[in-house]
Amino acid sequence: MSTPAKHSAYLAHHFSDSIQQSDSAKLGMWIFLLTEILLFGGLFVAYAIYRAWNPDMFYNAHKYLDVTLGALNTVVLITSSLTMALSIRCMQLGNRKRTMHLLLVTLILAGVFLIVKYFEYSHKIHLGQLPGKYYTFTGIEGNNPHIFFSIYFMMTGLHGIHVLAGMGVIGWILKRTSRGDFSPEYYTPIELTGLYWHLVDMIWIFLFPLLYLIG
Amino acid sequence: MNTMPEKHYLNEKRGWKSWLFTLDHKRIGILYLYGIMAAFLVGGVFAMLVRLELLHPGRDLMDAKTYNQFFTLHGAVMIFLFIIPSIPAALGNFVLPQMLGAKDVAFPKLNLASWYIYVVGALVAIYSIYAGGVDTGWTFYTPYSTTTSTSVVAMTLGAFILGFSSIFTGLNFIVTIHKMRAPGMTWFKMPLFIWGLYATAIIQVMATPVLGITLLLLIMERVLAVGIFDPAMGGDPVLFQHFFWFYSHPAVYIMILPGMGIISELIATFSQKKIFGYKAIAFSSLAIAFISFLVWGHHMFVSGQSQLASMIFSFLTFLVGIPSGIKVFNWVATMYKGIIRFDTPMLYALAFLFLFTIGGLTGIFLGTLATDVHLHDTYFVVAHFHYVMMGGTVMAFLGGIHFWWPKMWGRMFNKKWALLSWLLIFIGFNMTFFTQFILGTKGMPRRYYNYLDQYQPLHAFSSYGSWVLGLGFLIMAVYLFYSIKRGPVAGNNPWGSLTFEWKSSSPPPVANFETEPILKHGPYDYDKIIPERTYS
Repeated sequence: MSTPAKHSAYLAHHFSDSIQQSDSAKLGMWIFLLTEILLFGGLFVAYAIYRAWNPDMFYNAHKYLDVTLGALNTVVLITSSLTMALSIRCMQLGNRKRTMHLLLVTLILAGVFLIVKYFEYSHKIHLGQLPGKYYTFTGIEGNNPHIFFSIYFMMTGLHGIHVLAGMGVIGWILKRTSRGDFSPEYYTPIELTGLYWHLVDMIWIFLFPLLYLIG
Repeated sequence: MNTMPEKHYLNEKRGWKSWLFTLDHKRIGILYLYGIMAAFLVGGVFAMLVRLELLHPGRDLMDAKTYNQFFTLHGAVMIFLFIIPSIPAALGNFVLPQMLGAKDVAFPKLNLASWYIYVVGALVAIYSIYAGGVDTGWTFYTPYSTTTSTSVVAMTLGAFILGFSSIFTGLNFIVTIHKMRAPGMTWFKMPLFIWGLYATAIIQVMATPVLGITLLLLIMERVLAVGIFDPAMGGDPVLFQHFFWFYSHPAVYIMILPGMGIISELIATFSQKKIFGYKAIAFSSLAIAFISFLVWGHHMFVSGQSQLASMIFSFLTFLVGIPSGIKVFNWVATMYKGIIRFDTPMLYALAFLFLFTIGGLTGIFLGTLATDVHLHDTYFVVAHFHYVMMGGTVMAFLGGIHFWWPKMWGRMFNKKWALLSWLLIFIGFNMTFFTQFILGTKGMPRRYYNYLDQYQPLHAFSSYGSWVLGLGFLIMAVYLFYSIKRGPVAGNNPWGSLTFEWKSSSPPPVANFETEPILKHGPYDYDKIIPERTYS
């Protein structure tokens, strides 16, 4: 296999070869993603329970979410996943410049997602469609409409924090790419960032229909 | 005559920086050991104070509010700061790579990070004591936890942070076990402690995130009043109990499974006999991990969940008895016709067998619907829990500490003092907690500050027991610390064990082994090989 890589700079002392190292890193990342799914799992359970108890209220409340903006954000995130995947491909082919460009586009798209989210949030704050006891909006029929917004803000908020964290990691990977840490032989950190970014994307793909497209 | 190696992981580098920035799993294990020992001391002092207050009905030394805070802190500190990280993060970290024949865990930086996260979580939890304390019990049940004026947010935030530490340890171990085994070390040649840690790690990564989101929701409920646990706002407090126990029931197996792993090592080593039913013990660990996710409802038999759900949860709870029983029977069968040596670690293993069996069987009482209605929230539950956790996990932990102590420091503790300390702990433990079984069946509710006069003799006896227990631990602390510098040199393999970690010097070199180890025999092949003992 890759015997020349055996003593290269990126191989940590406690691994016997780079295949063992990258396999370990990937397995670790997959387990981390599993914990992320379980973290969100609690919120999905809360969603399922309260929607089952208040189907009409959920239906009425969801009309106040902006489907156009939600759909726009879905497209933005899916595109960013594509650019992320392409950046890995470019590094496999050894094209460092292209990798950097694609990572930058991914970063910008993540920013666009958060800006759109900002406009959605501020509109809701303006109307008083807020979680729990801060809910002041009148005009949604059904029991306890504030619960819908509690769940909406917690789910999208936790997701937003993950987007923010992802931007930090992508920025860091971008910096490492620019200083030449990666090569077609070693690009595991970009790959792991990609895995994480796809998960963030996937969670949004579930959030969008569950919150915006009820009924 | 045994000699200490000239260079080993303790003296290769010196100074506090070499400890605080170390990436060596052995040193990180020692750092964890100091952390959990401190937590055990703090939690133990709280327990002694609680017991002291319960000596007589009414006020002895503190008011009811302080008492509520003390039992809460005892529980929270012991669970989140001591017992969850105790075996995996301290002993597991030290031993796991050595047992596998690896140089380190898969992610050494993450390993160190998990220790720092543990420290930060502990500091946040301690801060909650200054910020008003917590009086909810370690279970943080809503709606009380969302309405009490004490600093629930700081304590739950501390537990949330500690959860990450636990997840990272588990993640690290899973990857290490999958990817870092030495040549020749197949899955069924791994020592059973590794199987125990593997099953534990699976629960750590799959259950802890759910605790994370639960505590986040609780913090949201307190800070923003989001309403999902508040019945006045259309929420459901029982949902909190479901969430909480979905983690916290598997969590008790995070606590016991690694202990069971240690017991397998101790019983095989000190019986000098091939372990009986290796695969049965290995798979029963995984079976316990699997079933642990399906039994959380047995904490809620009287919380208003449906009768059907209660019956199913009760049935599933009984299933846990099967793999646990398989283990106990296999350990006993291992000892049968073995050459048993009653060294200190073995004494703790025997204490475990005895106490854990009592703890496990009384768990069956509590899993039975009709008896649970009577025993629910009484001292019977407290006694059952302590028999499993202290009689089980802590005994296994102490057995493991004494077993690997000569490997950690290269020196042996005084066995005579160790015998005395073991005796005091065993007697003190049974005095303290067996009494509580009786108190519970007589109807004494748990967590109460005051009680009827009829319970006084039993309460007093239990408190006396706690003093015997405390004395036993005090003696242990003295002889263990004394032995670090002044104990006799133990040699590489003082117990005559066949697992990998005993093949290197004591203390081991930084890279664990002088040459890359290759597995030539199974971990328990005492029928084929007689290992050389370096200390007697």
